[in-house]
Amino acid sequence: MNGDLRRALTIAEQVPDPELPMLTLADLGVLRGVQIDADGTVTAILTPTYSACPAMAEMHAAVARELRDAGFAHVRTRTQLDPVWSSDWITPQGRRKLAEHGIAPPGEAPRQPRGPVPLVLSASPSREAASKVPCPRCDSPDTEEISRFGATSCRALWRCRACLEPFEHFKEI
Amino acid sequence: MSNESDHVYLSLAEGHEDGDARWAFGTGFEDPLHGVSIEPPPGVDLGALAASCLELADDALISAQRLGEWCTRAPELEEELALANIGLDLLGQARLLYSRVGQVDGTGRGEDAYAYFRDPAEFRNVRLAELPNGDFAFSMARLLAFGAWRLAVFERLAGSPDPVLAAVAAKGVKELTYHRQYAAEWTVRLGDGTDESHRRMQRGLDEVAPYLPELFDSCGSPEAHDEILAVLREVTAAAGLILPLTESTPGSAPLGRAGRHTGHLEPLLAQLQGLARAHPEATW
Repeated sequence: MNGDLRRALTIAEQVPDPELPMLTLADLGVLRGVQIDADGTVTAILTPTYSACPAMAEMHAAVARELRDAGFAHVRTRTQLDPVWSSDWITPQGRRKLAEHGIAPPGEAPRQPRGPVPLVLSASPSREAASKVPCPRCDSPDTEEISRFGATSCRALWRCRACLEPFEHFKEI
Repeated sequence: MSNESDHVYLSLAEGHEDGDARWAFGTGFEDPLHGVSIEPPPGVDLGALAASCLELADDALISAQRLGEWCTRAPELEEELALANIGLDLLGQARLLYSRVGQVDGTGRGEDAYAYFRDPAEFRNVRLAELPNGDFAFSMARLLAFGAWRLAVFERLAGSPDPVLAAVAAKGVKELTYHRQYAAEWTVRLGDGTDESHRRMQRGLDEVAPYLPELFDSCGSPEAHDEILAVLREVTAAAGLILPLTESTPGSAPLGRAGRHTGHLEPLLAQLQGLARAHPEATW
């Protein structure tokens, strides 16, 4: 890797996520790579977390802005849809930062088996997954899901039954 | 009156690379397929691909609009967030799919041309999507049917020869799994709840039933049909509800897919499109 490419990659990697600013785009796994063409054009490749993630446009603009400010004259960003982003791509550092900020990091994403996506019905689905999401404040496994949908597409609302605090959980997808 | 510098919206704006003030989120709508390689593989029927993407985009846009109408009207804040999030996922799918239509139908049009500047008869969504929200139970019955149907369709489209449609579908599968799960849980909760909630959930299903044949007619394969039906049967059985089924009449003319809609689509579009049509040169 030449010096310019390494520098461009480092700059792009350190751009913070607009909605979870404690995470960088690299922590989140949405930065898929940086290329430099023979003519010096820098291309940063991003993938969306959710189809409608409203922060995508800002991510593209922020990466381009940072690279330009660092002296790269010709900067482009590109969307890559395949392979599809998974919460498994959040780095160990990203998971640690989420937990430090009171957001329970995602567990392992469900494997998509071949064939129909199974539907799991249970009388109280929130208890089912309980022990899988420890409270980010007190570490108690005695937690429950309040709503699978939260302030952003990627987060769900949970509650700890030990310390009684509500918290957010980064969803597994 | 606040002055410009502390105006709530202007304070969200920040310098953009073009020098224009631009909102931090939401209105910097650039092509959602920005930079994605657009060349379909040789041998793909571009007309058919464009038609499929348009149908799926219209289903998503119209559903998203109805889900968005629950904002400030949902029974609880959590449900309002859930319904808005589900609508947002579908809106995202619609934007990607409209952009794809514009790339392959030969017109080069952008997503707004399809969303804002077509009349009701040009929309190809299934009629189930355009029905008014009605009771919460009806909305859940509709979301269950719509989610189960779209998930089965997207599972198969993830193997589409068109790489863009395949990628949109693969991403959509993950989102739709959540949507279907949400609606299924509410269907069981209401169906297996009080006499009142059971009665209203059953009524919701009864009201959805006449629109199911249209979904089955455009699900692509007998396997998808059976998969959707199995999901609906499993959920309704767990909820103690009866799934009323109307068989489609063989040879019957397509409805929403042919632009033949209920009277509910026109007012929905009037609201959705009014601003864009009043200011056709505006940028967002």
